[in-house]
Amino acid sequence: MEGLGSKMSKRPTPTEFIIERDDEKCIACQACVRMCSNDVHSYDPESDTVSSDNTKCVGCHFCETICPTGAITIKRNPSEFKLNANWNAEVIKNITKQAETGGVLLTGMGCDKPFPIYWDHIVLNASQVTNPSIDPLREPMELRTYIGRKPDKLALDYSGKETKLKTTLDPQLKLETPILFSAMSYGSISLNACKSLARAAVEMGTFYNTGEGGLHKDLYKYGANTIIQVASGRFGVHKEYLEAGAAIEIKIGQGAKPGIGGHLPGEKVSEEISQTRMIPLGTDALSPAPHHDIYSIEDLRQLIFALKEVTRYRKPVGVKISAVHNVAPIASGIVRAGADFVAIDGLRGGTGAAPTVIRDSVGIPIELAIAVADHRLREEGIRNQASLIAGGGIRSSSDVIKTIALGADAVYIGTAALVAMGCNLCQKCYTGKCNWGIATQDPYLTKRLNPEIGARRLVNLLRAWSMEIKEMLGGMGINAIESLRGNREQLRGVGLSDTDLKLLGIKPAGEAW
Amino acid sequence: MNKNQKLANKKKPKRIVIREEYCMGCRLCEVHCLVRHSKTKNIIKAYKGEYPRPIPRIIVEEKGYVSFALQCRHCEDAPCLEACITGAMYRDKKTDAVLCNEKKCVGCWMCIMTCPFGVILRNVEGEKVASKCDLCMGEEIPVCVKYCPNEAIICEEKK
Repeated sequence: MEGLGSKMSKRPTPTEFIIERDDEKCIACQACVRMCSNDVHSYDPESDTVSSDNTKCVGCHFCETICPTGAITIKRNPSEFKLNANWNAEVIKNITKQAETGGVLLTGMGCDKPFPIYWDHIVLNASQVTNPSIDPLREPMELRTYIGRKPDKLALDYSGKETKLKTTLDPQLKLETPILFSAMSYGSISLNACKSLARAAVEMGTFYNTGEGGLHKDLYKYGANTIIQVASGRFGVHKEYLEAGAAIEIKIGQGAKPGIGGHLPGEKVSEEISQTRMIPLGTDALSPAPHHDIYSIEDLRQLIFALKEVTRYRKPVGVKISAVHNVAPIASGIVRAGADFVAIDGLRGGTGAAPTVIRDSVGIPIELAIAVADHRLREEGIRNQASLIAGGGIRSSSDVIKTIALGADAVYIGTAALVAMGCNLCQKCYTGKCNWGIATQDPYLTKRLNPEIGARRLVNLLRAWSMEIKEMLGGMGINAIESLRGNREQLRGVGLSDTDLKLLGIKPAGEAW
Repeated sequence: MNKNQKLANKKKPKRIVIREEYCMGCRLCEVHCLVRHSKTKNIIKAYKGEYPRPIPRIIVEEKGYVSFALQCRHCEDAPCLEACITGAMYRDKKTDAVLCNEKKCVGCWMCIMTCPFGVILRNVEGEKVASKCDLCMGEEIPVCVKYCPNEAIICEEKK
């Protein structure tokens, strides 16, 4: 039905951002023209001026960063619909898009809806008079963390000159700081981004995670600081891959898209990615929603032990799930199935691509999930059998320390790591046009992330957070992160309901011990 | 202080290394090179108010997604030195850099003809002189190195 009707129904794509160019400052050097992957800026040789097409701007701020005279400012489009608490601008724009395309709305990164952030309603304790605080610059402060199964009890042999440990310990991951880089696959992010994460993990004595994209041949040398992931698509999984890392993680779900699989579009499956993932060049990499060989805890146990068998019980094997309503009993089942660690990814966890509706409305916040999972495992007396790693929207050292006090052994950071590498959360990862060279495979764009700089910035971030954690621990009069783990007495809730407080297992602010 | 330490303390001549794998082709090196070699040294004035308009002494070469910044390599056996008819091209003893004395240069372009890298440019807007990289004499590090946002141009001490 071509004609007036279809044309009338066609509306221009809503303009999200306005690019303000200060003509007094613009020297028409065209850096912005060359750098924008969305072709927003253009140069007119006749008038020797640069102009911008606002409709194409995604708000990644790359041009603003690169402009040598500071002539560019990106602002939100102030154009407003009639005020309506129910039918707000986002709802109208989404319906319009879908009326035109008939498709599922896609997005990247984590949930951006204003759900309560419990971390911002939890405060930490500090020592005053009755117990001394500790100065981490003068006294030792321990952040070292071990991930893996701990024995029920330790047997010691006192017979010789030196006391010896009789109990054989299960394999452990040794972390110098309780922060790991969460799973981001080669494919969803560029090889330079993977290299940045890997090098930073090596330097800081922690781990990065391959995601489900296999391990590129250039990354095998970082194996001692790599957690290898086995996901439903089984991309790039082979014996050498499983043996290459320090631990194996079975991915059941991720916080941004619980219950659904993944889709790496064929255009992104380059020669290198096709080799790494072991799939034909240019074909879509589809990860099924479930593992087709896991339909019960018993099935999961089989896979856990198959992987332990392959690696001769030398590496911890863990399971990653997204935080859903039944997270506590599921975590308990996973521990009983033999996992050495359980990674829980909360509602605000990120992704390279997910349907917007899933990202924004499925799953529960990590603060509640980790608190109830830790509580359940303690109640059942199996907390020592597995470590808990929490992830999904951890933004600062204060989030890290609160999560650990709520019961996590360590935390996964993904979005924060990407931001350290340059990301400004424009949420367009799924387009493959990332101007920062992170979520793209375009060789013109991937060059923009120099792994030396990426690694340096990640190391700086971890170093800064670690120092802040030490300061906060010292303030509480605690000299080891081990002593804070699950120590909910150090937390108090502000402005939370009784139910929230009960689930988090913390007292309201103002209530003494 | 022994002899070796003395040698180590002595400032070695610098050389610029280009890493094409990290060059993103933004050409900010060209912009800052132009400004450094302008009269006012002010980015907006250099572009909008100076005549003759200064030119950069670094060139970004591009083909497809491969790009790199190129400036005078300050060759050990620099052919421009031999080709120069007036002796305007000379080697600076302190820094080992090949420099052009613009007062002596007559603009015969023989240096341009012999340069194997094509990094000597004609500056014809003012006095006709050969324009080339001078390693930003007087700066701690050359501005192309300082302002490259991706560290695709780095400064190393000559071995």
